[in-house]
Amino acid sequence: MNVTQILFWFLSVLALFSALMVITSKNPVHSVLWLIATFFAISGHYIMLNAQFLAIVNIIVYAGAIMVLFLFVIMLMNLNKSIEPQKSKWLKLAGAVAGGCLLLVFVAALKDSEVHLQSAEVNTGDIGLISNLGKALFSTYVVPFEISSILFLSAMVGAVVIGKKE
Amino acid sequence: MYLLAIDWYFILEKAILVAFIVSLSMLVAMYATYAERKIAAFLQDRIGPNRAGPWGLLQPLADGGKLFFKEEIIPLASSKFLFVLGPVLAMITALLTSAVIPWSHSFSVGGREVAMQIADINIGILYIFGVVSLGVYGIMIGGWASNNKFSLLAAIRGASQMVSYELPMGLALIALLMLVGDLRMSSIVANQAGGWHIIYQPLGFLIFFICALAECNRTPFDLPEAENELNFGYHQEYSSMKLGFYLFAEYINMFISGVVMSTLYFGGYDIPFVHEAGWGLDSWLLSLIGFGVLMTKAALFIFLFMWIRWTIPRFRYDQLMNLGWKKLIPLALINMVVTAAVVLWLKK
Repeated sequence: MNVTQILFWFLSVLALFSALMVITSKNPVHSVLWLIATFFAISGHYIMLNAQFLAIVNIIVYAGAIMVLFLFVIMLMNLNKSIEPQKSKWLKLAGAVAGGCLLLVFVAALKDSEVHLQSAEVNTGDIGLISNLGKALFSTYVVPFEISSILFLSAMVGAVVIGKKE
Repeated sequence: MYLLAIDWYFILEKAILVAFIVSLSMLVAMYATYAERKIAAFLQDRIGPNRAGPWGLLQPLADGGKLFFKEEIIPLASSKFLFVLGPVLAMITALLTSAVIPWSHSFSVGGREVAMQIADINIGILYIFGVVSLGVYGIMIGGWASNNKFSLLAAIRGASQMVSYELPMGLALIALLMLVGDLRMSSIVANQAGGWHIIYQPLGFLIFFICALAECNRTPFDLPEAENELNFGYHQEYSSMKLGFYLFAEYINMFISGVVMSTLYFGGYDIPFVHEAGWGLDSWLLSLIGFGVLMTKAALFIFLFMWIRWTIPRFRYDQLMNLGWKKLIPLALINMVVTAAVVLWLKK
């Protein structure tokens, strides 16, 4: 095992463990904190694939902004164990079945694809570096990029409109 | 187990540098508390601390000793782990930022080129931005785990303030990055050899400075710890060194943001109007001079922060949000568009 492999296994175990802790924690604030740990583990994977820009943007946007808002809402709602609404047994079963179906779809979709034949380029490849990424986004993929930015803009305008209504 | 060939000198060099930078941040933060009290005293026509040692110079040590010996209180109804995690996170995020700052010229020891920078990663400025955006967790977790209404209010204020002021800060940075064309901290410094960025980006610097005040929770933006509304805000339930960590983290943040602003807009370790590399000095002497210059610039920023604190009263909360969202963001957008147009026009 070399350093890269050790790091890979460490990050994978961390990501899976903290993702499991997100759904098994009783306290919603603990769930959010475990989710932040998951994002960090995934960012570590991005860095190993030499996608530094993606890694840092994942931390800035998800861990630094979106999870702060999650934490914000959960703290304001003041959820805790005693007032947590208990779902009925059938609802839990239905949730497990629905989640299992989604897993099945994912496995079926990925089983016959070419993805597992390609091995990840670890520590090589420079498409994830910011200048190459910028060139790719603004030349090859400029139309989808602009369309998604218009989508974001309309979402922002919508949020402002909803926020202003009194 | 086979490990990759590790350059032990490299590890040693970086370990020494990390230890040096961390202890430097601590030392500067310690004496920043002393400086704050002396400057406050000067501005209010008092004498300030003058009992411990000559001119009160040992006052920070006395304060630290006092904090260590205070009783440690953990509220019964709070989550103990999160209560301890709060100040720990505040301290870690405050110290992490210094990793990408170029502190001085590189110097050579026994034929080895030693860079005065822990890591010159090619997303340098985004790394700083990422760590700053994580800084809010220390306040939020501490405030929530205290199980106290005032602390929770302070935590929520702090979170919304920091998220709001990150936006104009990022927009001001984009305009700066258009001039440089690279995110490495070392190339941002190298780009300023001809002229500091403050000449080309005065508005961008002003926006960045205001946002830095807000991110450090300094007056006039110290709403998370507004003592006359919220008692002490998010660190009200804290005692002993856990309180000390929160207070200390604020001073470290102030020092690091002073260094970052000097690096981004005031040429980093560059001496203005002279070409110091042409003096033919030893590389280590040059490195030392550059380091001193950067420290002087950072000290001036720390003084400016303190001057503002003891001069300007605190904002009201709605004024804070108005300033952030309705004034700074449009200004930063205009600054960005104008910079982009000028850069495009000059490059043609």
